Amino acid sequence: MSTVLERAVPADGRTGARRRLVVVGNGMAGARAVEEILERGGAEQFDITVFGDEPYGNYNRIMLSHVLSGEEDDADIFLNSLPWYEENGITLHAGVRVGRIDRFAKEVHSDDGQVTPYDVLIIATGSRSFMPPIDGLHTEDGSLLPGVFAFRTIDDTREMVSYAQHEHHRKAVVIGGGLLGLEAARGLQAYGLQVEVVHSGGHLMNAQMGPEAGAILRRSVESLGIGVHLNSRTTHVLGTDKVQGVRLKGAPDLACHLVVVTAGIRPNVDVAVASGLPVERAIVVDDHMRVLDEEGMDVDAIYAVGECVQHRGQVYGLVAPLWEQAGVLADQVTGRNPAAAYHGSRTATKLKVAGVDVASMGVQGPERDTDEHVMFSEPSRGVYKSVVIRDEKIIGATLLGDSRKVAFLTQAFDRGLPLPEERTSLLFDLGGPSEEAGVAELDDDAQVCNCNGVSKKDLVNAVEGGCTTVAGAMDATRAGKGCGSCRLLVGQVVEWAAGGAVQEDPKANWYVPGIPMDKPTLMAAVREQGLRSVSEVFAALAPDGADDAKSKMGLASLLKMMLADEYVDERDARFINDRVHANIQRDGTFSVVPQMKGGVTSVHQLRRIADVAEKHHIPMIKLTGGQRIDLLGVPKEDLPKVWADLDMPSGYAYGKSFRTVKTCVGREFCRFGTGDSTRLGIEIEERFQGIESPAKMKLAVSGCPRNCAESLVKDVGVVAVEGGRWEIYVGGAAGAHIRKGDLLATVDDPEQVKLLAGRFMQYYRENANWLERTYSFVPRVGLEHVRAVVVDDAEGICERLDAAMQASIDEYSDPWVEREDPFTPGQFRTSLPLEVRPRVPVR
Amino acid sequence: MSAEAVGAREHVLGPLEQIPLGEGRAFAVDGEQIAVFRLRNDTLRALSAICPHRGGPIADGQIDQRVVMCPLHHNTFELDTGCSTTGEQPLRSYQVSTDAQRNIVLRTG
Repeated sequence: MSTVLERAVPADGRTGARRRLVVVGNGMAGARAVEEILERGGAEQFDITVFGDEPYGNYNRIMLSHVLSGEEDDADIFLNSLPWYEENGITLHAGVRVGRIDRFAKEVHSDDGQVTPYDVLIIATGSRSFMPPIDGLHTEDGSLLPGVFAFRTIDDTREMVSYAQHEHHRKAVVIGGGLLGLEAARGLQAYGLQVEVVHSGGHLMNAQMGPEAGAILRRSVESLGIGVHLNSRTTHVLGTDKVQGVRLKGAPDLACHLVVVTAGIRPNVDVAVASGLPVERAIVVDDHMRVLDEEGMDVDAIYAVGECVQHRGQVYGLVAPLWEQAGVLADQVTGRNPAAAYHGSRTATKLKVAGVDVASMGVQGPERDTDEHVMFSEPSRGVYKSVVIRDEKIIGATLLGDSRKVAFLTQAFDRGLPLPEERTSLLFDLGGPSEEAGVAELDDDAQVCNCNGVSKKDLVNAVEGGCTTVAGAMDATRAGKGCGSCRLLVGQVVEWAAGGAVQEDPKANWYVPGIPMDKPTLMAAVREQGLRSVSEVFAALAPDGADDAKSKMGLASLLKMMLADEYVDERDARFINDRVHANIQRDGTFSVVPQMKGGVTSVHQLRRIADVAEKHHIPMIKLTGGQRIDLLGVPKEDLPKVWADLDMPSGYAYGKSFRTVKTCVGREFCRFGTGDSTRLGIEIEERFQGIESPAKMKLAVSGCPRNCAESLVKDVGVVAVEGGRWEIYVGGAAGAHIRKGDLLATVDDPEQVKLLAGRFMQYYRENANWLERTYSFVPRVGLEHVRAVVVDDAEGICERLDAAMQASIDEYSDPWVEREDPFTPGQFRTSLPLEVRPRVPVR
Repeated sequence: MSAEAVGAREHVLGPLEQIPLGEGRAFAVDGEQIAVFRLRNDTLRALSAICPHRGGPIADGQIDQRVVMCPLHHNTFELDTGCSTTGEQPLRSYQVSTDAQRNIVLRTG
């Protein structure tokens, strides 16, 4: 076949025949390397032979602790069973050890006396359990004393289980309090054994965490009923024909029937040493996973992968680096990508050890004077969190008992992401945009976007289907297109699904998707070219002059803000709500919210609203969260009549605009009130009514620090404090996101409040991204900066901001007067399929 | 070949000026609800008026030269074909034009 003929000619000159690939080691690394090679068309290039020490296919060694604890059947942990090798044309020598490689003759000598020639060789011999020098550990013939077990292979595990199940075996000692030791201890408890862990270090899991975390882990482990002995060296295993106990240095003997040795692992390098390959701590490889010789030159056609290799001085004992190595190796061996290189892994572990969530990455604690250390410790709940930061990057983190933040921390550690100024948010969700559980751990079916019902799997499918930008995946699935509170999580899922291959989306910085400019550039262009309408903007600035439905609303808002009375209002640029000055509902009817300044109403208003509701058969009357009255279910064609009968101004409950000012009753009636909050609220609402903005603005004024109007969670919130002073908070939210507003300033009188609130809102209007609420805008720009500009006039623009806001205020007219004289033909004509309405239940 | 003639009916929906530039209006034609859009280049497009997603009023959607976006959940549909670009079922598309008196003429069947 042509593919065979086109293949590169092998080094020994044989053509037309497949080269011989021999893999020494059939564990997770060896098997993974073979899978990766097959995936790259390796079956056509190579005749593959695999030698495995164990008489099985290959299995997931990580799952052995689950087999021990009985959570998993040993048959279920096989990754590739024996038939798989056959199906893929692989010759497997299971249970055959390789003793030596003749790298000059290119032959593998196995213990069954066979000699197998190779063209390409992969060494993946993995590790073995380290057996520390302890008297009595072995019998005279060199085998382990009956009752002593390593915890490395499926056979170890099976034998341990069967031994633990003997009725008279009731006590076990685990030597080594690392990850594996704790897993073994927990697993053995499942067989009713009383388990003690003997650890030579000063705290548990010292490879992954520091002493403080280790101390908390100890409490958690002990609360499970596992005994812990720290700083304890085991000197003897007691018993002649089987285990009867262990002897500790300087402590009483521990009687036991079973001993598990989990004192670390060592790379299996015997074959490499016997074959004259250079070995330091492990087999030395270069970035292409090729084995190097003494001179540092690569040995012809020999590669190595997994726990048996040393790369740039590092030896890894985790699975993630091994996957990366296997991919690079396969690219090299098959010639698929000669540029592929392994640059080392930043290892992060996340696991459940003995029922306790543990995550660790990088360094365990601060190492330099200038390192930042953010740490939280709550021993009674078994929670410990620590993050080490150097030069604004995470260089290490430990999470114990609560791993909710692990997804972000892992990403930040891996990629050096920028960190929040408020470091505590690294450890806790403080409200505001935040990820929930770790992305990787989310179930496929987990709903990521709760508005549009988009699952993690939907997003992953979109990414696999080629949507490798966050915006692309959002478009394809509509995830994040509802309330938007999931966008951060959507971004994380997309990044995770793309495996770091997520593309920078150039559109991310554009103000609207249809004009390739960020906000300052767009505003400058509008000014320079004197553009006055949305259609002019498209014609002048959009690629090919093409208009874009998704961009119209944002442009309309921006132009109105910039141009005030010079804006040419094209109604097609408006969203339906802004065309008919009401909020569209799920059944295509609208909600009508008349202005009720500061939430203060009157007998006259209430009577009129009641009359209107009765006359127009309003199906639902609802009090809003902003202290107003909402008339729901009004057909579009009835809007003018309803407004006429109400004869009240619009409350703007539909726009991307200033919405409402919530107030408490304040000084006039409340016995605690210190300021006239209702009056100030009414004045603010009168001043800023209908002001359009990049996203809605909800305000509040509270008459005292009891904050009954919830001023701390508003876009602009005002609180009267004793002494006639007023605090102004900005950037708060209590909707899809929760964020406490930041204190912008404390001022002496209501006029100052109105001035600063207006100036802040204008600054926000001019600088926020489209649909960016103040709770995102303020932290993005930084409170200090906002304060410098708005309060201290650091940029000398306050006067201009005030004037611009005033121009917008002067432009205000109540939109509901259009009832008399529709702005466009058929403005209030129904668009509804009449036969299906209403679908909203009527109470 | 003569398929377009079979069962096809023309409906005069009245003056073009009922529809402002860049907007849509709904019409009941032959028992069907049809949204007619007047693009900014003054050409017309017509689609069935009910969003297949949740019954949203398509005629209230915002448009450009290419698509209409349903006002309820921002599903988009191509004005020329009715095909959804957000994974929904398509809308039916109709032929629509103006006559010499600038009346909207819609063709069904």
